[in-house]
Amino acid sequence: MRSARKLRLGVLLLAVAVALVILGPLLWTLPHDAMDLGARNAPASLAHPLGTDQLGRDLAARLFAGGRVSLAVALVAALVGTGLGLAIGLAAGMSRRLDGPLMRLTDIFLSLPLLPLLLIAATLFRAPLASALGAEVGVFTLITLSIGATSWMSTARILRADVRSVMQRDFIAAAQLVGIRPARMVVFHILPNIASTLSVSAALAAASAILMESALSFLGLGFPPDLPSWGRLIFEGTPHLGTYPGRSLWPGAMIAITATGVTSLGDTLRAKAIGN
Amino acid sequence: MRSHALHRLAMTLPTLLVISALIFALLELAPGDPMAQLPDSIPESVRADMRAALGLDQSATVRYALWLRQMLVVEPSVALDGLLGTDLAAGGPRILSWQTRAPVMSLIAQRLPQTLVVVGLAYLIGTAAAVALGVWFAARQGTALDRAGTGMAALGYGLPPYFTAAVLIYIFAIWLGWVPTVYDTTHRVTGWDSAAVQIRQMILPVAVLSLQTTAQITRYTRAAVLDALGQEYIRTARAKGLPERRVLLGHALRNSWVATLTVIALGAPQIFAGAIITEQIFGVNGIGQLLIQSLHAGDLPVVQTVTMLIAVLIVLANLTADLLIARIDPRSTHA
Amino acid sequence: MLARLIAAAMSLCLPATTFATNAPTARATDGMLRLYYWQAPTTLNPYLSGGIKDIEAASLILEPLARLDPEGAMIPWLAREIPTLENGGVAADMRSITWRLKEGLTWSDGSPVTSGDVKFTLTYCMTAGSGCAQQAKFRDVMAVDTADALTAVLHFATPKPYPYGPFVGPQTPLIQAAQFSECLGPSAASCTAANFAPIGTGPFRAVEFRPGDTARFDVNPAYRTPDAPAFGSVLLKGGGSAETAGRAVLETGEFDYAWNLQLSPTVLDAMAAKGKGQVVTGFSTLVERLALNLREPAPRGSSTSGPAPIPHPAMADIEVRRALSMSLDRAAMTQIGYGRAGRVTCNIVPGPPAYASRANDGCAAQDIEGAQEVLTNAGWTDDNGDGVRARAGRELRFIFQTSTNAVRQDFQMLAKEWWRQIGIKTELRNIDASVFFSTDPGNPDTLQRFDAHIQMYASASDGTDPEAYLSGWACGNIPTVRNGWQGRNVGGWCDPAYDALLEELSATAAPEDRAALARTLNDMLVQNYVVVPLVDRGRVSAHANTLEGVRMNAWDSELWNIADWRRAQS
Repeated sequence: MRSARKLRLGVLLLAVAVALVILGPLLWTLPHDAMDLGARNAPASLAHPLGTDQLGRDLAARLFAGGRVSLAVALVAALVGTGLGLAIGLAAGMSRRLDGPLMRLTDIFLSLPLLPLLLIAATLFRAPLASALGAEVGVFTLITLSIGATSWMSTARILRADVRSVMQRDFIAAAQLVGIRPARMVVFHILPNIASTLSVSAALAAASAILMESALSFLGLGFPPDLPSWGRLIFEGTPHLGTYPGRSLWPGAMIAITATGVTSLGDTLRAKAIGN
Repeated sequence: MRSHALHRLAMTLPTLLVISALIFALLELAPGDPMAQLPDSIPESVRADMRAALGLDQSATVRYALWLRQMLVVEPSVALDGLLGTDLAAGGPRILSWQTRAPVMSLIAQRLPQTLVVVGLAYLIGTAAAVALGVWFAARQGTALDRAGTGMAALGYGLPPYFTAAVLIYIFAIWLGWVPTVYDTTHRVTGWDSAAVQIRQMILPVAVLSLQTTAQITRYTRAAVLDALGQEYIRTARAKGLPERRVLLGHALRNSWVATLTVIALGAPQIFAGAIITEQIFGVNGIGQLLIQSLHAGDLPVVQTVTMLIAVLIVLANLTADLLIARIDPRSTHA
Repeated sequence: MLARLIAAAMSLCLPATTFATNAPTARATDGMLRLYYWQAPTTLNPYLSGGIKDIEAASLILEPLARLDPEGAMIPWLAREIPTLENGGVAADMRSITWRLKEGLTWSDGSPVTSGDVKFTLTYCMTAGSGCAQQAKFRDVMAVDTADALTAVLHFATPKPYPYGPFVGPQTPLIQAAQFSECLGPSAASCTAANFAPIGTGPFRAVEFRPGDTARFDVNPAYRTPDAPAFGSVLLKGGGSAETAGRAVLETGEFDYAWNLQLSPTVLDAMAAKGKGQVVTGFSTLVERLALNLREPAPRGSSTSGPAPIPHPAMADIEVRRALSMSLDRAAMTQIGYGRAGRVTCNIVPGPPAYASRANDGCAAQDIEGAQEVLTNAGWTDDNGDGVRARAGRELRFIFQTSTNAVRQDFQMLAKEWWRQIGIKTELRNIDASVFFSTDPGNPDTLQRFDAHIQMYASASDGTDPEAYLSGWACGNIPTVRNGWQGRNVGGWCDPAYDALLEELSATAAPEDRAALARTLNDMLVQNYVVVPLVDRGRVSAHANTLEGVRMNAWDSELWNIADWRRAQS
C-alpha cells in the first residue's frame, strides 16, 4: 500500500516533468533562441508566460529546451553508467578469472575523488572534444561520458553479487551441463533474474546524473551559454534572484521535481524487488 | 581476521600509486596553458621564459617522477622537520604552486581549517540528525510521520545544494540581513561575542551541507534499523516484555551500527567533494575553493596534489570501513 | 563635581572633534579599510605574476618612479620629476633617461631608498631563469648607471622616443635590493616569505598574506606623508564571485570597496539602487573588437606546413567588411553586455583623449539598409533566394568564433541576427578561454591560429603610449606557420604605408606629433576594417558611501591614491 502510493507520487512527479519538456514545445512553439530586442527583460505576460531574458528570448521556451538537454544527459549518462556496470558486473560474476582484476579496478575507481576528477575532465577536455565533434555535441559527449564513466561502480558491485547468486542456482548448472553458450545464458537466464536490480540502479544513476550535470553547469563547467540546460539556467538566473526570481526558481523546481521523482521511483522499485 | 586486515593494508599503496598515475596522466593529456590568463601585452617570448621557470619544459615522465618523490619523500620530511626540528628535507625541492610560487602543502595547511570546521561540523550534525531521524522513522514505520519524513529525505536529495544555498543567502543574508554574505576566514574566536559572529557566518553553509548529508544517510539508517527490527532476537526481547524504547535503542540500533557506521565512514571523504560546491557559494576559502581556483588558473601542481590528497582520504576511509566491518561482524570477512 | 568633570571632559573633546572635521585626516585614525577583490591575489610580487589582481594588491606596498593619473597623464611618484627632453632628463639622442629619486625616501624598515634599488630591480627581473612577467618592459635597457645615491641613468640599446616603459606604472615598481638579493634567477620562486611580504615604500605594509584568500596590511610607519594614510589597516578579501563582491559593498555594506564588478548591467543597476554605495568606472584602452580574417582559413586537418595563405575571396573585399561593421548596433550591444562599464567606440585606440581619433564616429549608428546597399553595389546578391548573398558562386557564409563567456555569446547571437538581415549567414563557435587565449602553436583553436573568418576578443594598449600596440598590425606581425603562429596581426592585413608610418612613429619624440601619428594609424586600421571596434570596456568597481577620496584610475592601479582615502565624516 505504502509503496504503491510512493510509486504513484514518484511517477506523477516524473510524468509532469517529462510531459512539460516533451509536450511543452508542441504547445509553445516559440524557438528558444529567437530574440525580441524590443522586449528585453520583460515580466511575465501572455506573449511570454515566464517573461524574457536580457536578449528578449522567451524563458518558457528556454525552460523546455533546457529540460530536453537535462533529460537527455540523464538518459544517456545513466545508459553509459549502467551499461558499463552491467558489463563489468556480468563478467566478474560469471568468470572466476576476471573477477579479481575487475573488482580491483572497481575498488580503484571507488577510491577516486570523483567530483574533482569530473571537474578536471570537464575543464580540460572541453576544447578538444568541442573541436572534434562541434561545440554542442562535444560538450554533451564530454558530460555524459564523464558522468557515466564515474558512476558505474556501485552498479557493477551489486550486479556481480546478484550474478554470483544466480550462478549458484540449479538451472544454471543444468544449462552449463547442456552446453549452452554464455551469451545465450546471459540473455535467457541471468538478465531476467537481475532485471529489477538493474532498473533500480539505472533510475538512481539517472537522478544523480541530472544533479551532477547541474552542478557542473553551476560551476561554469557545463554547457555553454547558447545551449541551455536546467543547471545552466539556474546558473544564469541566480544573480537575478532579487530582481527576476523566476529565472532560477523555475529551473530549480524542475530539477528538484525530476530528481525526486526518479529517486522515489527507484526506491519503490527496490522495495518491490526485495518484496518479491 | 588479521590476515584480512594485512591484505587490505598491503593493497593500499599500489592502489594509491595507480590513482596517482591516473591523476597525473589525466592532467598531462589535457591541453590548456597556465599563461592563458595573463594580459595579452605580455609577449610570447616572456611567456615561454615563465613556463621554463615553472619547469614545464621538462618531459612528462621526469615531472611525474619528481612529483612522486616530492609527495613521498620531500613533503613528509619537511613535515617531520617542522615537528621535530630535524633537517631531513635538506632543502629538497618542494611542490610549488605555479600561481603563488609557494609550497602547495602550506597552501593546503592554510585552507584545511576552514574546510574542516565548516564541512566537518556539517557532516557531524548531518550524520547525528540522520541517525536520530532514521531510528525515529523506523520506529514509526508506515505512519504519516514516516511517510512525510522519507518524502522529505527524497526531496532533500533532489534539491541541488547550490540552488538551495542561493535562495537561503538571498533570504537570510540580503533580505533579512541576519547573517553576513561574506565568510571571514581571518575571524578568531576569543570570547562569546566573537563566537556568536563565527556561528552566524557558519550557520548557512553548515545548514545546507548537513541537510544534504541527512537526506542521504537517513534512508540507510532507517533501512538498517528496520532490518534489525525484523530479527529473531528483537522478537525475543519484546516477548520478554522489555519496553519498546529499550528494544529500539538497546537492541535494534546497536545491531544496525555496522551498516550505519560503514555508510558514515564511506561518506566522510565526500565532505571534500561537497565542500567544492558549498565553499564556492558561501565564499568559504577552503580546500574546495583552492581546487576550483587552481583549476581555472591552470595551476596543475595544486590540482594534482589536492586531488591526490582527497584520494588518500577516500582510500583511508574505505580501509576504516572495511576494518570496522571485519571487527564488528566477523561473518563478512570472507564474503 | 561630576558635572564639572564632564564639562572639563567635553571641553577637551570639543577642539579635538573640530580638528578632525576641519583639517585633513591624521594618520591611522579611520580604522580598517575593507577591500573585496573577488579574484584574490596569489602573490604580492608583481614581477612573478603579471596578473592584474596581484599588481593591484602589491600597489599598496610597492611603488614605481612615476604613475599615471586617471586622465592618463604621467605624474612623478618616487621620482622628483618626469624626465623629458626639455629638462634634460632624456638625452638628446634618446638613448638614455635619468631618473632622480625624491630625497629622504625610506623603505618601511627604515633603510633609505637608493638608486642601487632601481638598478637591482632591473637585475632581478632580467636575470635568466626568474620567470619575470615584466621582462618586456626592461628588455631594451642595456645598463643602469648609479651616478649618486639618488640618480639612476637607464641606457637603451636603441634610441627610445618614448622611454617611459621601465618603472612607470604599477607593473614595474621598485623592490628592495636588501630583501631580494638572494632571490635572483631560478631562486626567485623559493623566496616565498619575500614574495608574500615585500618591503616597500607605499602607505601600507603586509602583515599577513594568504594566497587566494586574504591579505592584511597595516600602516607603513616610515611613509613619507606624515598625516597619511587615514586608515590604520587594510583587509583585502578574495574569493566568491563578482556578484558576492558587489553585494557586500552595495547591498549589505559589509565591505568598503569592491573591485572589478563584471556583472550583467541589470544586476549591477539593481544593486546600485539600494543606495549604500557608488559605482565608479574608468576607461583606458581595453577594446572589445572583431578581427576579420583576410586569409582563407586552412581546411581542418591539413598539414601545418601548407602553402602560403591565399586571400579569402569575400573577406578580402573591403565592402563586405564595411557591411559587417555597418550592420552592428554598438549602442545596443554596450547596453546589453556592459551597461555603465562600457561605451561605444569606433576606434581601436580610444584614449587618452589626445590619441583618440574623431574621424570614425559615424560607426556608432546602425545602418542595415546602408549595409545591404553596400553589398548590392559590390555585386553580392542573393540570386537563389536562400537568404544568403553570393558573388561568382561564393556565398557569404562565415564562421564567427570567440571565447566561452556569457556576454560574448550574447554578442554573437546579436551579430548573427543583424548579419542575417543583410544576407550573411554566420556559424557561431565558442572556445574555452584557456585554449582560445593560450599561445600553444599546436592548437588550431587559438586566437593566433584564427581558424575562422571572424573572431571577437578584447585587447588593450599597455600604458598610454600606443606605439607597441599599433605595431601589432605591422606586416611582420602576422602569425604564420613559419614563425610558429606568433604575432598579433591575426587578420593577416599588410600595408607597407602603415609600416612606414610606424617607422616614423618610432623616431618621433614630441608628444603632439606622436599623438597625431597614432591617430592616423588608428584610422588606417579602422577605415580598412582590419578590426571592427565594438565597445570601449572600462573598469567598474564600487565603493561604500562612507568611503571618500576614491579616484577611479584605469591607467594605473585602482588603489593608486589609497593614501588619500578616508572615512566620510557623518
